[in-house]
Amino acid sequence: MPLEKAQVEHIAHLARLKLSPDELEKLTLEMAVIIDYFEQLQMVDTDGVEPRDQFITAENVFRDDTVRPSLKQGQALGNAPESDGKFFHVPKVIG
Amino acid sequence: MAVYKGFEPVIGLEVHAQLFTESKMFCGCKSEYGAEANTLTCPVCLALPGALPVLNKKAVEFAMRMIAAVGGKVHRRSVFARKNYFYPDLPKGYQISQFDKPIGEGGAIEYHSGNGSRKRCRLTRIHLEEDAGKSLHPEHGEGFTRVDLNRCGTPLIEIVSEPEMESPEEAYGYLTKLKQILQYIEVCSGDMEKGHLRCDANVSVRPVGSEKLGTRTELKNMNSFKGVERALKFEIVRQIDLIKAGGKVEQMTLLWDEKKQVAEPMRSKEESHDYRYFPEPDLVNLVIGDAWIESVRLSLPEMPDVRADRFVSQYDLRTYDAAVLTDSRALADYYEQVMTHFDDARAASNWIQTELLALLKDNKQELHDCLVSPEMLGELLSKVKSGDISGKMAKTVFEAMFATGKAPDVIIKEKGLVQVSDESSLIPIIEKVIAAYPDNVAKYRGGKAKLFGFFVGQVMKETDGQANPQTVNKLLKERLDG
Repeated sequence: MPLEKAQVEHIAHLARLKLSPDELEKLTLEMAVIIDYFEQLQMVDTDGVEPRDQFITAENVFRDDTVRPSLKQGQALGNAPESDGKFFHVPKVIG
Repeated sequence: MAVYKGFEPVIGLEVHAQLFTESKMFCGCKSEYGAEANTLTCPVCLALPGALPVLNKKAVEFAMRMIAAVGGKVHRRSVFARKNYFYPDLPKGYQISQFDKPIGEGGAIEYHSGNGSRKRCRLTRIHLEEDAGKSLHPEHGEGFTRVDLNRCGTPLIEIVSEPEMESPEEAYGYLTKLKQILQYIEVCSGDMEKGHLRCDANVSVRPVGSEKLGTRTELKNMNSFKGVERALKFEIVRQIDLIKAGGKVEQMTLLWDEKKQVAEPMRSKEESHDYRYFPEPDLVNLVIGDAWIESVRLSLPEMPDVRADRFVSQYDLRTYDAAVLTDSRALADYYEQVMTHFDDARAASNWIQTELLALLKDNKQELHDCLVSPEMLGELLSKVKSGDISGKMAKTVFEAMFATGKAPDVIIKEKGLVQVSDESSLIPIIEKVIAAYPDNVAKYRGGKAKLFGFFVGQVMKETDGQANPQTVNKLLKERLDG
């Protein structure tokens, strides 16, 4: 299945990546190879094999509903590029 | 439906209900509304590298309660999935949700349709997911948005209905019932103002009689049940007008503006619903056996409609009164506790509806803050029934009980409010009143029957309102008419 540049652009947009024309060219070729590989996998006979959502067999790992201390406000905001000591500041979304 | 000019709407609702667990869904941070911004976070809900989620068992149990309460099916195996999108209040870049293997499926909500009849709307699914944080958008031309991540990771259930509602009023009825059930089974506060319950609506229209569904649009941003009803009315009219003018409804999301009372299309074309769900590798599968399902089912309280029906048969109440008394589980419990101390079901029902609910409303109080215990109210009502105090006195006593929490006996004693029914103590007073107004006695005997009230009034005055009115009437009649 040939991979269109437009598809790569769309995927880049979903991942919020800006690609230069050269990068787009290069990634289109590289991703085509990856997809080819998966197409080979598709040929494996999987009749009678149960689909799996998980690679480990453990199930039902729970915690009890008990409160544990949270980080201090200053710690929580410590790595933020911008904050006012109470809120994270991000480029405006609406308004 | 004449209002809709030959068209009928088809409505489906998606409700997010915040589960009131103590801690968040995947970490031990406290789940609490109104705390100072960014004081309830940890590496898990901040999405710091290397942090891993661990599922809160209580959240699972709450979801199971709701599924059981609506008669749905709990899936033996369910899988968490990542829903990927970018937004500043979603630090991981994905929401942990459930996709093709949700915890619950099916069931139905039976609700009042607005025209007096009961209707049923089937549910598609109920699934578990985590909430995002909160963005506070700039108000005064500031160049940034503030983000508070306290809410990140709060457990939610999303309850998705089939598109089976046929009017905005039905949507309102459905939501009211859904909220009542969530509150009865004690999994969600139902408080829409605090965002504990949020509702998105899907709506399409089709010519009456047509089987084929029209193109639907999605409405968001309603912050009350009435808001949902109004937004739906607006959008139904918009779609019909559009079709009648030869246009076509486009699939899109609209945001309801409560101030302007209009629904406007979301500006960005961003939300293309390209969420690229995939199984969450950080969480193992959730497997639920029959024993757990059964124990949850057995722990459910009597559901509101069942309880209302029982109130009608057991206490001989009118349907309307039973519905008022079972509106909340706390009120229904209160009523039944009063009835263990008192034997007149209708009198108790009347008193609770007219006196108790009015005082609670006037004082902006909730029932659980009420100082009058059911036992105390039962005692008070018994005293009215036995004639120890009059209904009017009882109101005074009740107000004092409500304000102070003291027992009725204490207040009656303090206020000296004992009803005098004893004839031997009333006769001298009555004779005194008759002797004091010879003119009026003559007029009364001459045919002015209205003056009877005057004499009753005088006796009540002489006794500070403590005379039993029935006894006074009887004694006065004997003397005036005899």
